[in-house]
Amino acid sequence: MSANMVALAYLVASVFFILALKGLSSPESARRGNLFGIVGMIIAVATTMTLTENWMLIIGCIAIGGVIGTIIAKRVQMTAMPELVAFMHSLVGLAAVFIAIAAINNPVSFGLPEVLPPGSKLELFLGTFIGAMTWSGSVIAFLKLSGRMSGTPVVFTGQHMLNLLLAIVMIGFGLWFFFSETTNWTAFIVMTAIAFLLGFLIIIPIGGADMPVVISMLNSYSGWAAAGIGFSLGNPMLIIAGSLVGSSGAILSYIMCKAMNRPFLSVILGGFGSDGGTATDGGGEQKNYRSGSAEDAAFLMGNSDSVIIIPGYGLAVARAQHAVKELAEMLHEKGVNVRFAIHPVAGRMPGHMNVLLAEAEIPYEQVLEMDEINSDFSNTDVVLVLGANDVVNPAANVPGSPIYGMPILEAHKARTVMVVKRSMGVGYAGLDNDLFYMDKTMMIFGDAKKVVESMVKAV
Amino acid sequence: MIGDIDPLIINLTIFVLAIFVGYHVVWNVTPALHTPLMSVTNAISSIIIVGAMLAAGPLDMDWGVWLGAVAVTLAAVNVFGGFLVSQRMLEMFKKKDKKGSA
Repeated sequence: MSANMVALAYLVASVFFILALKGLSSPESARRGNLFGIVGMIIAVATTMTLTENWMLIIGCIAIGGVIGTIIAKRVQMTAMPELVAFMHSLVGLAAVFIAIAAINNPVSFGLPEVLPPGSKLELFLGTFIGAMTWSGSVIAFLKLSGRMSGTPVVFTGQHMLNLLLAIVMIGFGLWFFFSETTNWTAFIVMTAIAFLLGFLIIIPIGGADMPVVISMLNSYSGWAAAGIGFSLGNPMLIIAGSLVGSSGAILSYIMCKAMNRPFLSVILGGFGSDGGTATDGGGEQKNYRSGSAEDAAFLMGNSDSVIIIPGYGLAVARAQHAVKELAEMLHEKGVNVRFAIHPVAGRMPGHMNVLLAEAEIPYEQVLEMDEINSDFSNTDVVLVLGANDVVNPAANVPGSPIYGMPILEAHKARTVMVVKRSMGVGYAGLDNDLFYMDKTMMIFGDAKKVVESMVKAV
Repeated sequence: MIGDIDPLIINLTIFVLAIFVGYHVVWNVTPALHTPLMSVTNAISSIIIVGAMLAAGPLDMDWGVWLGAVAVTLAAVNVFGGFLVSQRMLEMFKKKDKKGSA
């Protein structure tokens, strides 16, 4: 194929990628959107095939990767989506680094001049550095999300100074790499190694519940890495696809930060939050709360007119989505108006709860976002909070509280509140939750799945 | 005139415009589909498979070609994994369409 034909085919593929994202504006058009993405990818890969000679090797590698990818996609649990996405980001990052190394080794096969001009070196530097950080950052995120590593922030004194110093040293080696007459492997390897290390160091201080921001940010990085490689190879399709992904991840990070009312910088600098524990509220006085059984709760819900269920990370951990669906159906049959309220940062990644509820076949018309449902709480008989804590903490309305200003689901306005929780332990923000001590609140202790199953039996 | 422009500038133009397109398209994505959005964008970012294929392209097999081959494999995991898992998730959002409200 002529260079012009290739460029045109790449343009068509780029348009398909844009249509893929556009399709996600509603659940009805989303599947077609995904299909557009697949078509774009097929066009891109088939076109590139004509530029290569080593067909057997490439087809073999695509087949191996394809089988692995297919098996993973078929087997993964919906509760494990955050880990899967983190894992896949890491692959993009690593592939970007490998491509950059291969391009420096043999620029001619990429259509670049034999001796790389400083401009190309700069672009390769950017692609490698972002790719390396994406890889190591995503590995840490994967370990934290899958519970193989504690979600507690790892902090030590001088952490930020160390990161800054490493970044400066890395840029120093980068400059040495640009201005060397020949290919300076030493500078390149040291620079890449520091980028890998920085990726680790930047993610370890960030706590478990800030993962929605981290994972969106890494999503964004993986896009910028692709765009960086696009610049080095002079390939507009890579630049377009990379920028789409990069801006998508950036917007999601912004939405997540806004939903926690925390500045992006403070999330990234980390050190916030714990993995639960006991309330460290200085007062020392024992506050009273009322606890009840799942059966009592089921009785109350069965006799009410309206119920709003607020799912949180606890639901995902307990894999209680199917039990919840049964409960919702039984209440529905009794004529109760059951709806679900989703806080933007519920779960460990953007939209995590929506996917879990969709998996349990809960109609998405019943699943409402915070802004859509917040005004309805005051007319609601029963709110059932399942494994959520900070997102329903009325302390967010109290000036001076650490979470002051965070948008919350106004569960405290309902006539009766039921909270299913493992213990009276605090949430991620380390705060006591006044909602649990209100007169109209009933605490039900236990594993979310078991409690909901008992409720189903009792309704 | 266009021939006098450094390709870097043309690429930069494409880059900036693509960010604007991305910005506007992504703000229209419904929050309920943010997880599929991440898996679809993840699959799209594995477009770097194109670069990996070029690296693995030459018949004269030095270590750079093998590195390219590994990159093709990694990116292919992502292409297939990303699009298929998105498809699986989006199917879940469909089923209830047919059933109506249960």
